[in-house]
Amino acid sequence: MKGDVAMAKHLLSVLVENHAGVLSRVSGLFSRRGFNIDSLAVGVTENPDISRMTIVVDGDEYVVEQVSKQLNKLIDVIKLKKLDRSESLSRELALIKVKATATTRAEIIQIVEIFRAKIVDVSKSTLTIEISGGTDKVAALEDMLKQFGIKEIVRTGTIAIERGNRIIKPNKNEEE
Amino acid sequence: MKLNGSEILIECLKEQGVDIVFGFPGGQAIIIYDALYKASNDIRHILTSHEQGASHAADGYARATGKVGVCIATSGPGATNLVTGIATAYMDSVPMVAITGQVPTNLLGKDSFQEVDITGITMPITKHNYIVKDVTKLADIVREAFVIAREGRPGPVLIDICKDVTAAVTDFEHKPLKTPGKKPVDVTPEQMGEAIRVINESKKPVILSGGGVSIAGANKEVLEFSEKAEIPVATSLMGLGSFPGDHELYTGMVGMHGTRTSNLAVSESDLFIAIGARFSDRIISNVSRFAPKAKIMHIDIDPAEIGKNISVHYPMVGDIKEILGTITDSIDKKKDTDWKRKIIGWKEEFPLKYIKDSNELKPQYIIERIYELTKGDAIITTEVGQNQIWAAQYYKYTKPRQFISSGGLGTMGYGLGACIGAQLGRPDKKVINIAGDGSFRMNLTEIATAVEYKVPIIVAILNNHVLGMVRQWQELFFGGRYSSTTIDRGTDFVALAEAFGAIGIKVTKPEEVDAAVTRALSSKDVPVVIDFEIDKDEKVFPIVPPGAPIYELIDE
Repeated sequence: MKGDVAMAKHLLSVLVENHAGVLSRVSGLFSRRGFNIDSLAVGVTENPDISRMTIVVDGDEYVVEQVSKQLNKLIDVIKLKKLDRSESLSRELALIKVKATATTRAEIIQIVEIFRAKIVDVSKSTLTIEISGGTDKVAALEDMLKQFGIKEIVRTGTIAIERGNRIIKPNKNEEE
Repeated sequence: MKLNGSEILIECLKEQGVDIVFGFPGGQAIIIYDALYKASNDIRHILTSHEQGASHAADGYARATGKVGVCIATSGPGATNLVTGIATAYMDSVPMVAITGQVPTNLLGKDSFQEVDITGITMPITKHNYIVKDVTKLADIVREAFVIAREGRPGPVLIDICKDVTAAVTDFEHKPLKTPGKKPVDVTPEQMGEAIRVINESKKPVILSGGGVSIAGANKEVLEFSEKAEIPVATSLMGLGSFPGDHELYTGMVGMHGTRTSNLAVSESDLFIAIGARFSDRIISNVSRFAPKAKIMHIDIDPAEIGKNISVHYPMVGDIKEILGTITDSIDKKKDTDWKRKIIGWKEEFPLKYIKDSNELKPQYIIERIYELTKGDAIITTEVGQNQIWAAQYYKYTKPRQFISSGGLGTMGYGLGACIGAQLGRPDKKVINIAGDGSFRMNLTEIATAVEYKVPIIVAILNNHVLGMVRQWQELFFGGRYSSTTIDRGTDFVALAEAFGAIGIKVTKPEEVDAAVTRALSSKDVPVVIDFEIDKDEKVFPIVPPGAPIYELIDE
């Protein structure tokens, strides 16, 4: 992240209709208006007709406001909420394939334990590690593993949910 | 009752009150056309020469009538030929439903003959679009498409229907039309109170009346607001006719081709009130020096327009008709303000002007004569370029939907199709397309359409044998290097018109103008093309050079 206060990463939670083409409507909107998506994660919700997108937007207040307003104009967007970082939990999941030899394997396993990550696959020359957590935690583990040689990283992008009893419903923001 | 998809489509169009569609058939639309054939007593189909003409005609029809315009094309090239027309409608918030045939569902995605992903292509230029793969969903999709096209800020919607869906049979029942709900107003009492206070306190307010005022039918509300508080009114190109062009408080267009009065008024103003306008770059020019002394109030139905191109101090989102009603009821009445006197002084000092010449045919003179001879009551469509700006400047528009022009996209070739659509929608009016020879050349085959359907339009070609607006820029800003803007190709437009079966008239001298226009106006069922020979060096003034603030305009 850059030191510039005005430019920041913003979390948007967006409920959309679960049908073909919605993802391309949303991503197309970002590209043609010149907005930067940091990550976009999408999955179905408790209601199979509705999907939720968690979008991390890189930009200042102007950009986030424009993104939100333009997204709200899409017919397939049902509900959009900008999440307050302190009032929400965000996680991402990463799979990291790292080089491992007989001599380094034990040290890697130790680091993995410290991070409460998991070894999910092993071969003679690699270990594959699964970690979930905030973006910072994933980045910290990645940093620790660099010394052994990272062969591949796969990340899901951030998903987020509000803390406490707040939920985002298709019609109105409500507290229960 | 059991109907096939094509019949369901027709029934749904009838439900929506559609009695005319513009289109061109083809293989994947053939079953739809079969249903149209059977429904020809209820829905008139206008066969254009080219799908682009159909899209512009549907657009012109929609702008002239306020109803949703409908165009139909087949898959592949038929669908892509609609694209420019859909984009034109999107930029100017025109309600349109475009229907395209598509290959059968089992051939989708296989690069089949005349297959194109038209929903993908039109995603950024439609309010919404659909591909229909299931006949049971068709009726509700068509109904929803019409609601989306006309509600809130209007715009085009495309429905792509697979051929097997147009043939498949299912149950159909008519549903009553959904009456449009009350338009939302998202203005708090605090915002309204604040707005009324700043309007009352302002000494030099200016209103910008945009295309949204005509769309919302809020022209009366703008007039009452302006008169009560004595606020001068400028319009955007799209806003022409939303305020009476002959009113003492009217200052003309603002921006790149604005009047000196409008541009000075905006630059001097302490409160700039934009109503149903979107602060296009053609209005603002240099954003940091636009209305530098003013607080900005923005009244619009589309929240995404607030703060998009300029920072707004007083946003008011919602139906402008209702918002203006409340404002006008609550503000102080003002009379004989210094500001109004100053504005009227400027209007006298800086009128639009051109060098009048009894020997030379001037485009401005032609438009002025057309204005007089039509008693200011015609609907004017335009092409794009110098012809468009002269038509905007020298005809005084007093009613909404009277000036029809591609403002946002700036589509050359738009005017002729739009003129045909507008004339079919408003048979009670004379509809005249002001064209340049460059724009006319683009879609002139639609003259054949006007002849076939006996649409008595008039095309007034301001023929300077050049692409005048670009040439003017080349002269003013590119050292007179006329790169590819001379089109002196010797085309005889009179003979061309006659070849199509239209009436062609050539005019080369000022004294011939009245007779030619009068003769054209008397034609009842034959379109007329008048070829006005004008000077290639006649320019559009005023003009604000690119990047300059609007008060630094060039007058001559």
